[in-house]
Amino acid sequence: MTQAFRLPHGGAIDRNVPLRFTFNGKALRGCQGDTVASALLANGIRTVARSFKYHRPRGIYAAGVEEPNALLRIGDGARVIPNMPATIVELRDGMQVHSLNCWPSVDFDLSRINDFISALLPVGFYYKTFMWPAWMTYETLIRRAAGIGRAPDAPDPDRYEKRFASCDVLVIGGGCAGLSAALAAGRTGTRVVLCEGDAALGGQFGWCGSVMRGDAGSGDAAYVWIADITAALRSLPNVQLLTRTTVVGYYDHNLVTLRERVSDHLAGPTARQPRERLWKLRARRVIVAAGAFERLLVFPGNDLPGVMLASAAQRYIGQFAVRPGKRTVVFTNNDSAYAAARTLNENGTEVTIIDARPDSDTAAAARVQGIRVKADSVITAVGGKQHVTDVRVGRMRDGRMLDADSEAIDCDTVLVSGGWDPAVHLYSQSGGRLVFDSLQHCFVPGEATQAVSAAGAANGVFNTDDCIADGAAAGVIAAAAAGFGDASGADRPARTPLAVAAITEVPTSGRHKAFVDLQNDVAAADLRLAAREGYAAAEHAKRYTATGMGIDQGKVGNIAALGVLGAATARSVPQVGTTTYRPPFVPVTIGTLAGREIGSLFEPVRETPIGDWHQSAGAVMEPVGLWRRPSHYLRGAERGADAIARECRAVRERAGVFDASTLGKIELVGPDALTLLNRVYTNAWNSLAIGQCRYGLMLRDNGMVFDDGVCARLGELHYLMSTTSGGVREVEHWLLEWLQCEWRELKVFVTPVTAQWATIAVAGPHARDVLTSFDSDIDFAAAAFPHLTVRCGKFAGVPARVLRVSFTGELSYEVNVPARYGRALWELLLERGKRYGIEPVGLDAIQVLRTEKGYIAVGHDTDGSTTPADLGMDWIVSRKKGDFIGRRGLACSDTARAGRKQLVGLLTADKQHVLREGAQIVAWDDRQKINRPPVQMLGHVTSSGASSTLGHSIALALVQNGRARIGERVAAVERGRVIEATVAEPRFFDLEGARLHA
Amino acid sequence: MLLIPCPWCGGRNDSEFVAGGETFIERPAHDVSDAQWGQYLYFRRNTMGAQAERWFHAMGCRRWFNVLRDTVTHAITETSPMGAPLKAKQ
Repeated sequence: MTQAFRLPHGGAIDRNVPLRFTFNGKALRGCQGDTVASALLANGIRTVARSFKYHRPRGIYAAGVEEPNALLRIGDGARVIPNMPATIVELRDGMQVHSLNCWPSVDFDLSRINDFISALLPVGFYYKTFMWPAWMTYETLIRRAAGIGRAPDAPDPDRYEKRFASCDVLVIGGGCAGLSAALAAGRTGTRVVLCEGDAALGGQFGWCGSVMRGDAGSGDAAYVWIADITAALRSLPNVQLLTRTTVVGYYDHNLVTLRERVSDHLAGPTARQPRERLWKLRARRVIVAAGAFERLLVFPGNDLPGVMLASAAQRYIGQFAVRPGKRTVVFTNNDSAYAAARTLNENGTEVTIIDARPDSDTAAAARVQGIRVKADSVITAVGGKQHVTDVRVGRMRDGRMLDADSEAIDCDTVLVSGGWDPAVHLYSQSGGRLVFDSLQHCFVPGEATQAVSAAGAANGVFNTDDCIADGAAAGVIAAAAAGFGDASGADRPARTPLAVAAITEVPTSGRHKAFVDLQNDVAAADLRLAAREGYAAAEHAKRYTATGMGIDQGKVGNIAALGVLGAATARSVPQVGTTTYRPPFVPVTIGTLAGREIGSLFEPVRETPIGDWHQSAGAVMEPVGLWRRPSHYLRGAERGADAIARECRAVRERAGVFDASTLGKIELVGPDALTLLNRVYTNAWNSLAIGQCRYGLMLRDNGMVFDDGVCARLGELHYLMSTTSGGVREVEHWLLEWLQCEWRELKVFVTPVTAQWATIAVAGPHARDVLTSFDSDIDFAAAAFPHLTVRCGKFAGVPARVLRVSFTGELSYEVNVPARYGRALWELLLERGKRYGIEPVGLDAIQVLRTEKGYIAVGHDTDGSTTPADLGMDWIVSRKKGDFIGRRGLACSDTARAGRKQLVGLLTADKQHVLREGAQIVAWDDRQKINRPPVQMLGHVTSSGASSTLGHSIALALVQNGRARIGERVAAVERGRVIEATVAEPRFFDLEGARLHA
Repeated sequence: MLLIPCPWCGGRNDSEFVAGGETFIERPAHDVSDAQWGQYLYFRRNTMGAQAERWFHAMGCRRWFNVLRDTVTHAITETSPMGAPLKAKQ
């Protein structure tokens, strides 16, 4: 097919660079500079898509990001993007383009039956119809029927980058207002960034001069103006121009995200090029000069291929030299569409203007130019099955239809203009208020919340000269606010308003649908139904009907929808109010948002200095916060449970070595370190001598357990605090908060040193034998180095801090060496320990061993509502010392009451059954295996495991009034199964602690 | 993303900070009633408008400081080092 609708001259395309592409497999040609939309129109392709719900044929409706209909699948293979508006995709040689949402073809779609049975599918039908048995049953089917494109099934082959930047003045939009703003600000020397979503600067000014001025011949003059100002901007080193860059979100404190299309318009990204780049730009001042969107008019058949926005037709002619049709009717409620009519007329298209307003000077002037104008007229019907063939014209005055069928006009194109909506989206996202301009019949920016202003059409200024002046003033004012230049005398100009008649919908009694949202197939009648059913508020109507949702976010129809909703409920448009504008302004691919933070970079992983060794030794690793820790080490064909049992036996019978490097470590140094310890732990610390360690429990001020660990006194004013692995960050912030905010007189340095030290626990009857096989100046003899003491010295030739502490109930040492020696020491310990049968031990075995001893794991056996008394740890709460965090909280009536949930042990009747952690504990009922609701909830299992040492399973649980229930039978419920268990003391092994003190 | 003017480090993205809620909360002596202790622990003004808050520059200077932040607009109009008051009237 030749490009039958391409004009012989004009436009900003290069006819000497033809591009081949396919549409639904059909080979077509376009030109360099085309978008997919303009190339399809040049080839006379009118039906490009099927609608979302009714599968009605749809054509290209707009020429920019506001396109509601022409959503296509672009590309192939792993680079395919579904749902791309054809109007923003730059044509590339060899491009493959497909329609979505149709079968078997876009010209004949069987699902069109939805349109003919649409009375059965009213708005919200899926809420009403598909109630039984559950919505989920139908969701998949409905989603498939609605068909919104397929995601590629292969991984994305491209790279996406992020860039962080800042500037003094950010200008959003490269039209005439934005360009003048950037130049005015740039000339003061301030740092300016201007971003423009299109490939070329100039915006609407470039392709149609002005929506108001209407001197279509000014196109060339406009291009000269744009070229001159662009050159002036490029000569300023403090101005950065970004094209193909769209602002997608406006966040707090002028943080703006930009999506830059880097290589999609090229044959493909080079090895060094990302496909897209996401900018996070912080600007002192922002000028929103994003232009305006033309609004649709609501009349029956306003969705047929061939119906198009008047401004879009102007752009197709002006920028792409494509004529949308041969015989055109223009339907308008304002003067701006007259310019489009003149442009078409000059390019040899037969034009009739249907103006909903009374006769005017504008109409008279158009008639002089040979254009037929029918005033007080509206379109009441559009003829044609696949595309427009004719329209019916009705006569209407003061909102009353005088004659619904006064004339029929044959045509192939209908251009509509329902007025203009400033692109207030980003301004609104910034928190700026919107006010209704009743003369221009649109929302315009009002009071700002952030350091932002709007300029040009985005500010409700629709005349080109006004836009240029408005932009320049905005630029000077923004630069001055950023500290550059002088804004005195820079006033925003008075504007020549564009009067728009408050006509949104043509009142008809016909049964043909008149759409307000083309993308979501929402007709005016649907909004009226929503209002009748009680969803008359703008936000409710949006969610009930889907108006304004989807890829285009209702950019051409939202205000019309508010008009229809208002008319149905006797409210004005500002009374109805807009829905909230939210990011993103245009669709952004997940790849762009993810950037490089994918795969192993998705979340940083913390490895201990011994991490590599664990993996090479066959450890099953588990995430613990950001850390990855070994759960257990599999040998040969061993099962996990067997490995855990083997590791437990090694510790109880011989020796085990455990990587405890993740243990939180904080150094406290200063004259008031001791006072701090006394205040943050529940027990007393005054008697702790240098070289001694003590276990401590930390509470929140409400008396609930917060963290625990051993603290060692290394010197006169020097302590080493250990915390839980997961809690260290919070404990550090907590200590600093109390020191800096509450006890400002205390002098203590708080230094987190977790990552600076590798911590290796050596535990078991032979632990001492293993350690004494190394050269060390530390005396490991039992009498010289008793339980709960610390020794600093040289160990295996490196500096070490050795704590004799135990989390397993065995003779145990924690050897801390500078992190860089951790891996070497670990391997040496395994080698020297071989003769004692030492084995590496993972987290699972440690959990079993400490559960046997009834040692709590904070966060496991506690939650934010567990007191020391609940844990049976009253002994650690000092009654004698003064204030400590949590002391008053413990005395509160509910905290101190009897019968709270208490930590107890559980022994299952089936000795081998290991309870699930988190299983609910309920009262035992002899009459039935499964209690009927309501059941009495008593608590839950907190820790559980199979004790190979004891030969049966063990568990800890928090149970209501648990200590009084010891010996009582309870039921643990696991996914409907009832497990019989007996409440026991929360410790199971070596009750005297003989092994600990060996 | 907020740009928080740390009194020690200057303006930084809020991802470097930890929010600590309302500031200038007086910790009462231990002889208060349970109800008064509960007020201290749990009850906050939750102001709509300018609110005095406490923030911690966790990824920077590790200092807590006071911030006056408008909870509607998120505008931060004042900060002060811990121990110093905010000038604006609460």
